[in-house]
Amino acid sequence: MGSYVISTKQEQQELLKEAGFASFEDLFAHQIPPEVRCGELNLPEGLSELEALEQMQELAGRNRVFRSIFRGAGAYDHYIPAIVKSVTSKEEFVTAYTPYQAEISQGVLQSIFEYQTMICELTGMDVSNASVYDGATAAAEGVAMCRDRRRTRILVSACVKPETLKVIRTYCFGNDLALEIVPEKDGRTDQEALQEMLGADTACFYAEEPNYYGIVEEYQTLGELAHRAGAKYVLGCNPIALGLLATPAEYGADVAVGEGQPLGLPLAFGGPYLGFMAATKDMMRKLPGRIVGETTDHEGRRAFVLTLQAREQHIRREKASSNICSNQALCAMTAAVYLAALGTKGLSDAAVLCTSKAHYLQKELEGIGYPLRYEAPFFHEFVTRTPVAASRVLSALEERGILGGLPLGEKEILWCTTEKNTKRQMDEVVEVLKEVAKA
Amino acid sequence: MTYPVELKYVKSHEWVREDGDVVYIGITDYAQDALGDLVFVNLPEVGDEVTAGEAFADVESVKAVSDVFSPVTGVVLEINEELLDAPEQINQDPYGAWFIKVGQVQEHEDYLSAAEYEEHAQAEAEA
Amino acid sequence: MKLIFERGKAGRALSILPPLDVPECLPDVPGRKTVPHLPEVSENELSRHYTELAKQTYGVNDGFYPLGSCTMKYNPKVNEEAAALPGFAQIHPLQPEHTVQGALEALHTVEQELCEITGMDAMTFQPAAGAHGEFTGLLTIKAYLKSRGEEHRKKIIVPDSAHGTNPASAVMAGFTIVNIPSGADGCVDLESLRNAVGEDTAGLMLTNPNTLGLFDRNILEITRIVHEAGGLCYYDGANLNAVMGLARPGDMGFDVIHLNLHKTFSTPHGGGGPGSGPVGCKAFLREFLPGIRVNCKDGVFHMEHPERTLGSVKAFYGNFLVVVKALTYVLMLGREGIPEASSNAVLNANYMMRKLEDLYDMPYPDACMHEFVMSLERQKHENGVTAMDVAKSLQDYGIHPPTMYFPLIVHEALMVEPTETESKETLDAAIQAFREIFAHAAENPAEAAASPKTTPIGRPDEVQAARKPVLRYSWPD
Repeated sequence: MGSYVISTKQEQQELLKEAGFASFEDLFAHQIPPEVRCGELNLPEGLSELEALEQMQELAGRNRVFRSIFRGAGAYDHYIPAIVKSVTSKEEFVTAYTPYQAEISQGVLQSIFEYQTMICELTGMDVSNASVYDGATAAAEGVAMCRDRRRTRILVSACVKPETLKVIRTYCFGNDLALEIVPEKDGRTDQEALQEMLGADTACFYAEEPNYYGIVEEYQTLGELAHRAGAKYVLGCNPIALGLLATPAEYGADVAVGEGQPLGLPLAFGGPYLGFMAATKDMMRKLPGRIVGETTDHEGRRAFVLTLQAREQHIRREKASSNICSNQALCAMTAAVYLAALGTKGLSDAAVLCTSKAHYLQKELEGIGYPLRYEAPFFHEFVTRTPVAASRVLSALEERGILGGLPLGEKEILWCTTEKNTKRQMDEVVEVLKEVAKA
Repeated sequence: MTYPVELKYVKSHEWVREDGDVVYIGITDYAQDALGDLVFVNLPEVGDEVTAGEAFADVESVKAVSDVFSPVTGVVLEINEELLDAPEQINQDPYGAWFIKVGQVQEHEDYLSAAEYEEHAQAEAEA
Repeated sequence: MKLIFERGKAGRALSILPPLDVPECLPDVPGRKTVPHLPEVSENELSRHYTELAKQTYGVNDGFYPLGSCTMKYNPKVNEEAAALPGFAQIHPLQPEHTVQGALEALHTVEQELCEITGMDAMTFQPAAGAHGEFTGLLTIKAYLKSRGEEHRKKIIVPDSAHGTNPASAVMAGFTIVNIPSGADGCVDLESLRNAVGEDTAGLMLTNPNTLGLFDRNILEITRIVHEAGGLCYYDGANLNAVMGLARPGDMGFDVIHLNLHKTFSTPHGGGGPGSGPVGCKAFLREFLPGIRVNCKDGVFHMEHPERTLGSVKAFYGNFLVVVKALTYVLMLGREGIPEASSNAVLNANYMMRKLEDLYDMPYPDACMHEFVMSLERQKHENGVTAMDVAKSLQDYGIHPPTMYFPLIVHEALMVEPTETESKETLDAAIQAFREIFAHAAENPAEAAASPKTTPIGRPDEVQAARKPVLRYSWPD
């Protein structure tokens, strides 16, 4: 049996005696009524560390790790610099709690302050919070912070990631907010439909840059439509794309959110990831979650603290606008180290690599009979039609250790490239697809 | 603690200054002292209706948030936007730092005089 | 200390990315007009910067961390090693099912084991934290009530000793709150509960043991009252570390629970996250759970969406790697280790309480479960020493302060949760520190008020921080 209890059996007896109990049974009998005491748990016997790790290795071994990945759709296979893992495995960071005690938590607090600054720089927005659970919950919190007494209807583009839409829908079910989907037209938000759907009761409109199909939409126009109706504009954005593309602030967004996983977090079967949230100064006090601010201590030394706490659940209780009381601190630190490691030029280089490779692969695929599904500018994802059933194409790639694009039914595939996909890998994909066509 | 005699008070620690057919509302010296350093105030919007005995705003200190109750029923004509950027004015000058100006006043809570309120505040402080 | 933005020089960089091996081709869309200001540092500077930050961070690895309600137990290193295995860390959430059989089996196994520990029938791992779990559990109740045409049941009953997240989560899920006062014994006042329940009751949220560290002996009566009124019972699993293998929420009459894997099941807190807040329920609620369910047929694992699922509370399947860590922990402890952990958590708390009760006021002086609450109210009146002063003084002893000013029903509260992974020496040293602080503070309250003295900063000016928020670094012009 494994155990992390320090006290030996004999020490436990001493502690019991000192605490005034004859035995553990005596201790519990004072407190837990016998009718709810449970018998022995039906669990396997405990293991040694060696056995437990072997069992976990055996489980991990039954998952396929692909040597090259062309699938995104909300989770992106980017290179993680060695320094990122080194920093974020420091035990002080790993084993600390939320930094309530500022005097002995300056490291975590400062790292969040630095993260907030980087998110502001990336998105162009005025203020950032300390992060939330993931991109999808960031979007759901982002739309919820736009509601007010008169505006309770939420509009979401049909072109956002399905996982995000599901979460927004669930949060709206909770908050009793009306959610309507603005239809898609040629892989983009239908602007005419949006204009018609916006009204005096619309709290906000949510779109994604780039959208689920990888397409970069006309975000300026979308924002202007929302604002003309008095609604707020919430833009979900891919942080790597922001190395190159116009920022949510430049497009006039009131709230910018996104999935921070591309910034140094592993695919990890979907989590833990990182939701970033930033807003204009006007919306600052509506931001949910932890926020770190700079101040001084009594000697005038620079100090960082959790601030604007009266927004939050532990003070406002049922009047708080969100219940969130943690952030993804270690994931936020991961993103900050990643951004510091890349720097301004590195981030821009990463964006250029991602999108250039996508355009190369797209042209090569087009050349062998996989035309683009939507004629529209894209970043690092794109949808092609497929002349053969998508499942056949993907199986053939899988046999070669390649995770192909995500099938959207049998006739379309959503492809993704990152800086990790070499020309050789992409040429290999094209070769495999040619063989599939022959077979 | 000071309680100017020209003002009217209510038990929930707000003051009222009548000025023709409009009233100004703020919180008392006792209230600001009990709440401590205020860091933010949430105010209603111009045009909102306020109801006597119901909360119309809240004030935040670092570790607490407290409702501010309206002594009158009426319509908000103006809010003191200066407080949004400088909530410390409430601590420094509680009777200058009005929160809202209310018109179309229909009814009000039972008012206390400065002397009556001081007695009430003292009793509460000792409780 | 310097911010990362105050280090480095223009032009410094790491060598991370390869050159472009295909023609450069950018989409014809608006580019960003502003260049993002990111650090320009070498790897050495970056590494040392964070080493310095780490030195100004206190984790469980640095010492005793008796933060009440947070279960700051030791985080085993093997958990981290398991979660870092490429077979877990490098798999895409949208890979074909047959390529992630190990991950699905991991989810299936951990669900079975945690259901056995809690007396539940099904569990979702989608919620990312405790508060997220509460929200999810309440949505499960909401979806269930809706399916029965009982949408008029809008009220969630919450005792005044509850965590602040309880009411906030309930409101987020569209419910209204009925606060009920605790009885003199710190537990649920049955009469208040009977008066609070009715036709509009959706449910009750309860922590047991509660935030005072007391096991509510009337628990069966409490859940019966709520059930008879037609409501459901929600168990806030924040304090599960007190009862594993001793009593199960499912047997106490609870219908829905959330767990905090980052508390009870030893996964680290990471300075605030990532955590994991799985939600368990009885069989009749299974079909409403969010996200996927993993089923096993003929040795093959499948993902299925519950028939009447309430949707998704997070993308994909939750904080999977955190769940992997918790599974590793449960595998190691097993049948005997799980109750042993809780038993010793309770024992350590009682030991500390007994060794401090002659000095510190214990508002609920009988035995406690895994944590206990002391009050500095008398000292505050007598000599001005506050709970805050004691807490801050502990930092000068190299000890993380307990939870302060919670629960709200105890004035000047300090809530102490030692956990089972601390030695008698550590407990004795902490007891000694608490006793010395008590004596010193009584003699010299001003000195206590000026503590801590040995930390990188003294008490920060929180008023200034909130009045004039500075939430990001601004570069000098």
